[in-house]
Order: sequence, then structure tokens, then C-alpha cells
Amino acid sequence: MSDDIKTYSTLSRRGFLKTSVAGAVAASAPMFFVKNAHAFTNEPKGSTVTFGFNVPQTGPYAEEGADELRAYELAVKHINGEGDGGMLNTMKPVSLKGDGVNGKKVIFVTGDTQTKSPAARASAKRMIERDGAIMITGGSSSGVAVAVQSLCHEQGVIFMAGLTHAVDTTGKDRRRYGFRHFFNTEMSGAALAPILESEFGNQRLAYHLTADYNWGWSQEGSIKKHTEALGWQTRAAVRTPLKEVDFSQYITPVLNSGADVLVLNHYGKNMVDSLTQSVQFGLRDKQVNGQDFQIVVPLFSRLMARGAGDSIKGIYGSTNWNWSLQDKGSEAFVKSFGSEYGFPPSQAAHTCYVQALLYADACQRAGTFHPCDVIAALEGHQFDGMGNGPVEYRAEDHQCFKDVLVVKGKEASSSEFDLLEVVEVTPRAKVEYPTTMQDANYVGDLGSCRRV
Amino acid sequence: MEAINPSSGRKDNLTMIAFTVVVLTAPLWGKLIGADYPDLLQRFAIFGLFAIGFNLLFGLTGYLSFGHAAFLGIGSYTAAWSFKLLSMNPIPAVIFALLLSGLFAAVIGYVSLKRTGIYFAILTLAFAQMSYNLAYSVLTPITNGETGLRVLRDDPRIIDTALGVEIQGPLLGSFFGIEMTGYSGFYFCAVMLIAGFYVALRVFRSPFGMKLAAIKSNQTRMEYTGYNPKPYLLAIFIISGMYAGLAGALMVIVDPLAGAERMQWTVSGEVVLMTILGGVGTLVGPLLGAAIIKYFENIFSAINESVLLATFDFLPEGLQEFMVTIVHPFVGGGWHLTLGILFMSVIIFMPGGIMEGIRHLTDWIRRRKE
Repeated sequence: MSDDIKTYSTLSRRGFLKTSVAGAVAASAPMFFVKNAHAFTNEPKGSTVTFGFNVPQTGPYAEEGADELRAYELAVKHINGEGDGGMLNTMKPVSLKGDGVNGKKVIFVTGDTQTKSPAARASAKRMIERDGAIMITGGSSSGVAVAVQSLCHEQGVIFMAGLTHAVDTTGKDRRRYGFRHFFNTEMSGAALAPILESEFGNQRLAYHLTADYNWGWSQEGSIKKHTEALGWQTRAAVRTPLKEVDFSQYITPVLNSGADVLVLNHYGKNMVDSLTQSVQFGLRDKQVNGQDFQIVVPLFSRLMARGAGDSIKGIYGSTNWNWSLQDKGSEAFVKSFGSEYGFPPSQAAHTCYVQALLYADACQRAGTFHPCDVIAALEGHQFDGMGNGPVEYRAEDHQCFKDVLVVKGKEASSSEFDLLEVVEVTPRAKVEYPTTMQDANYVGDLGSCRRV
Repeated sequence: MEAINPSSGRKDNLTMIAFTVVVLTAPLWGKLIGADYPDLLQRFAIFGLFAIGFNLLFGLTGYLSFGHAAFLGIGSYTAAWSFKLLSMNPIPAVIFALLLSGLFAAVIGYVSLKRTGIYFAILTLAFAQMSYNLAYSVLTPITNGETGLRVLRDDPRIIDTALGVEIQGPLLGSFFGIEMTGYSGFYFCAVMLIAGFYVALRVFRSPFGMKLAAIKSNQTRMEYTGYNPKPYLLAIFIISGMYAGLAGALMVIVDPLAGAERMQWTVSGEVVLMTILGGVGTLVGPLLGAAIIKYFENIFSAINESVLLATFDFLPEGLQEFMVTIVHPFVGGGWHLTLGILFMSVIIFMPGGIMEGIRHLTDWIRRRKE
């Protein structure tokens, strides 16, 4: 220690160097704990296998998240052979036998995405690094889905996307380890456009309010593309923050814009707020350009319809699945969900339940949990009896292709759950797009599966 | 002020050695509390650094900044852009994050430090909220808004391209070939934390630190003795901002994604809580506070009903359900509640934070020995 600054300075640079050397010695100790090379990440060793359910428990999509979690718990029960088996009885082909997966009992851990990408990645990381999850699934936002999907790809863990509707998830941000059962904005646009034309004509001036993140942008782009092809014009497209609860400042300009259709590219609580407020502002009672003013909600769900109350009557939108469907798979799922929780499931619950079953079934078919083999079992897999008719997991982009429902808010509903009526089931052929679409959002690289 | 007291070089050397050992062996003792996974340890180190830097300003001068999240965000975005434009190596990311957050701190500090007390706090808060809202609206070309700024495969990465470095696997920060994820990511953060702790120790013990303490005790008296407090205040504000910038950069280095919510006022509030919980003006306190809050956020929030049922499995059935009903509101989504109760009891019974509690405890043990 030098003398002249003795009073204040204490730890000299040399002292620091010595300290660092001592530290480096100490540092070598915990290096033993660096993950030793497994055959693959989180290979299940005991009699159980852990699934990670990453859903929003707080934030604007919390209600969807709660329903997703219910569906997952039900799926785990059915896979383990508890309860009435639900869709395991209707799913075709099926290799699950109701005794777990590959002889192991399924257990699960949960995390809160908060509908924020960093929080979602943190909870996914916890489930992978600490809890040893073999697969991550869930989520109710495309921003989160894209962020978690790329994390899972990096970690070598399969991600079965929950409710995510932007093209990006299986478009420009597709990953080898990520799979999506839900439909996307491109399909919504393709399915909605003919109905919009027959109901509202082709001389319309549209005004968009769009949630300002990748899903909103994707939805806006698709509706614009498909309606402009009909001859509609787009007056303006205004972006709104995801956290917004008061949309009055966005709705007032709509009244004076001369537009006669309002497209709400909103989901969850956003949509409940913006739709209710639009109706309160009297938009639907107006006449513009000699036509009745109309509102369109491209992505509809029963949970939102319930939140928006009377405002949804007569409003058109699209949806992935509705509990009122009469096929065997839907009936089996609605029955076991209803007897467990006392009310029918939402489309978010449906897609999550199906994803969990599809993953488990793929592991069973592959006879292993090795992600590369499971990916191979899922790619190009064709199945039926899960509520959407025949479905295919397209190998090129890991997107499921199936029929899409166009729905309308019911004018006279018989119960608080009976809110949507199916106007049309648009067949798969009409909403399918080629893998060679030359649009920046549709072109992506899956990357490869890594065998160690 | 105990913390400012000049102490022997040996004692500081010991502190430094002990600190280094404790930080580097975190994966070992983390096992005891179920925190031995890299993501949480990285968070301990990063938020520890953030809190140490914040404490340099708040603990030494008493100036309560409510806008440190802005520097965290600036550090994050800078590091992300360095990854995108220059190289996946964390070194340029750290350097540029330090420079840019320092620059912003100079500007914001110059304006805000014209006022003291609550007015200073409000000014810094206003700047931070301004940055947050800008990041969400007009600056979306730079920040990518709600979706967050990500590193993409077709980014230019000039340096990497020039050197012919090809990223084969996933796009992660890479320190000369070592992927900045898992434990190697933690050790990178740990080295930064140790360096940051060393600098903080030097500041605490220096004549500069003495002047900062003088500002805290009585600014007018300091002016009468012939010192102008403004340059010292601005200097420590910039240093403190750079700590936050470094913490923000480390977040991106271990997980290449930058989002605007890092600039939200709640993050600024969080670092204030961390510092107060641990002990304002102490060297180690803020670190403890950061670790406790992050531990609650990541471990307590993950306890769900089935975990509780398993924990109370040894009890008879009725009692088991009763215990689960009692405990459930305090874990899982209710972790904020537990943290709030802890925070309140610390403030009420130990206003000096956890460090005061530890001091009471050691005093008591010493008295018992006598």
C-alpha cells in the first residue's frame, strides 16, 4: 500500500490483481457444475417427464392464459390416464394409451409470461434450466411466441406454440424446434374477405386500429391485402399501444374520417375495450357514404365476446375453433372440460390442449423424447378428430393447415357462453398458401436440429 | 457514516477476496436455496451491478434518482445494435453501452441536478418516462417497439464479416468462441460485477467519495468551505448511469433481446427498493437487496398449487388443504404480497435495511461472547 494516499485509498491495483488470482482459483471449483453433455437437453431420467406451461397469468391476455392452463392440466390428466380421456378417444391416428408417454408419467411446471417477451423468456429459461422441462408450450401473444420460440430453438427444446396468430411465428421467424397448431392472419384474411364482400359490398372505405406489435401489424397487412383485392380502400391504419385501455382518442378521428368500416386488429382486453367504446361512441348507428357503418374484428374469441357483452351482436370475425362445433372431437373435449371446470373451453384452451396431446403422441410414435426424432414425427403429420377436421402439420414451416371458421356475434344468445354463431366453415384449400410466397413476412429459415 | 470511514488496506483486501469467492462460487451455494441455475444467477449479478451503481448516487449523495431505468434501456439497445452492426462479441457491446449511457447521463444529469430533493426525483422520472414513450412510439425504427429489438441472421455485423467469423449455431453473444449463455454467461457477468464492486469500493474510500458524503450531510457548508458541489454530483451521476448502462448491456449479452419495458418507471422503482431493502449507503447492501427481490420474483412466483400440495404432503389431509389455502395467496402470482410484507417489516424494524439487521446480529453475538 503506498503511503501518500494511505488515509483514503486502501485496496491497491496490485492488491486487486492478487485478489483476482485468488478469485480465479476459486472460480475453477464451480466449473464442475457446468452441464455435462447429455444426449439432449433435459433428457428425462426417472419415471416422470416434465412439461413446461408458459402462459400469461397477468396482463391484457390473462384470461386466455388462465383458460390455457386449465386445458393443459386436463391434457396431462388424459395423457396419464385419469379422467374420461377426452380427445384421446377421438384422435386419429393415436398411439397414446393413457399410461403416460413412453412409459413415463407426465408432470408439469408453470410460468407467467406477463405478455412481455423478456419475462416470458425468463420463465421459459427457469423451466428449462432449473425444472428440467422437456418441452415448453403456451402463450397468448405472437410477440411472446416468437421470442420464446427462438429461445427454445437455441436451447434445443421443442416449443409447441399456444395462441399465436401472426404469420411471423411460422413465417419469417419460424424455427425447427417450434410448432403452431393455431391458424394465422393470412388464413383469417382469406376466409373473411368473401364474407365481407357478400355482406358489405365492395365499395367500402376501411379504417384500421391496430395493436402495435408483430401480430397487429400482421393482421392489418393481411386484411388490407385481401379487402383491397375486393375493391375496398383503406382510409388509415392507426397503431395503438398494447397497454391502452382508453380508446376514445383513437375513435373520435374515425368519426370524421369518412370511413365506413372500422377494422379492430385487437385481441383480448384490448378488443373488449376498443369495441365497447366504439359502440358507445355510436359508430354502429351511423350512416356514412350512404351505407351502414360496420365494425369487423378479424380474430374473434368467445372469451372476448363475453367481455364485450351486447357490443358484439352482428359483428363478423374469424376463429380457430368454437365449442358449439358438433364433431366428435369437439364434443369429447367440451364434455370433459365442462365436467372438470363447469363451463365450455375457449379457442385458446382448445389449441393448447391439442398441442399438448400432439406433442405427447409424437413422442410416443417416435419412441423417444429426443427432439430431432420428435420433430421428424411431427413434420408432415396428418391427423383428424381433434375438432378441426383433417389437419396437416406442414413440414416446410411447421404450420397446421385446416378449415377456418367465420363467425358472427349472436343476436339472440341462449346463455352467457352461447355468443358466437358459425357463419361459414372455409375449407382448407381456400386458406392455404404456397410455401413459395414471395413476401418478406412469409419467407424464413427453419434452421436445423442439432444432434450432439 | 460508517461506510466512508477509512479502514485498513488489509480489511479491504479481505472484503474483496471474500466478495470474489462468494460471487464465483454462487453455483455452489445457490444449490442450498434452489437458485443454482444460470438464468437466475445472471440476474443476481446484473441487478446487483445495477443496484451498486444506483447506490453510488443515492447512498453517497442522497440524491434519489427515479429514472435509472432509462440508462438500463439505453445500455440494452446499444448492446443490441452493437450485436447487429458490429459483432456478436460482448466487448464492443459493453464499451459502447458504457459510452452511450454515460453520454445520456451527462445530459440528463446536467439538467436534473439543477434541482434537489423531490424536484430532482421528478425530473429524472420525467426523463425516463420520456425515453420509455419515445421507445414505444417515434423511435420504433430503432427499438422495434412492443415486439422488442432482436438480433437477426441477416444483420450486417461488420467486424464479424471482416474477420470471417461465422455464427453456426444459434445467434448468441460469443466471447471469442465461448457462447454467452448458461454458466459461461454468468461468469462474464460475475467478472463485470466484481470489477464494478471494486470501482465502487475505490469511490467509497477516495477523497472524491468524501466530498460526495459532504454533499449529503450539508451542501451549503460544503460550498462555504470553497468546494463547488456541482461537478462532483454530475460526475457521480454519470458513473452511476454507466453502471446502469452496463447492466442493461449484460442483459442483452446473455439474452439478445432488448425491450422498452426495461425503461418503465417500475424498473426505476425496483432498484430503489433493492437499495433500501439491502441498506442505503452500504457497499454490499444493494447487492443483497437485488438478490432477494430477484429470488422472490423467480422462485416464489413459480410455486403453484401442486408444489404446495407436495410440500404439505406430510400433514393429514384436512390440515394439508388448510395450509395450502393459507399459503397460496402469498406465493405464485401473489409473490408481490410477500415481498411487500418483507419490505414493510424491514423498513419499520430496520430502517437501515438488511445490513443494519446483520450489524445488530453481530453486535449481539459479540456482547454474548463477552
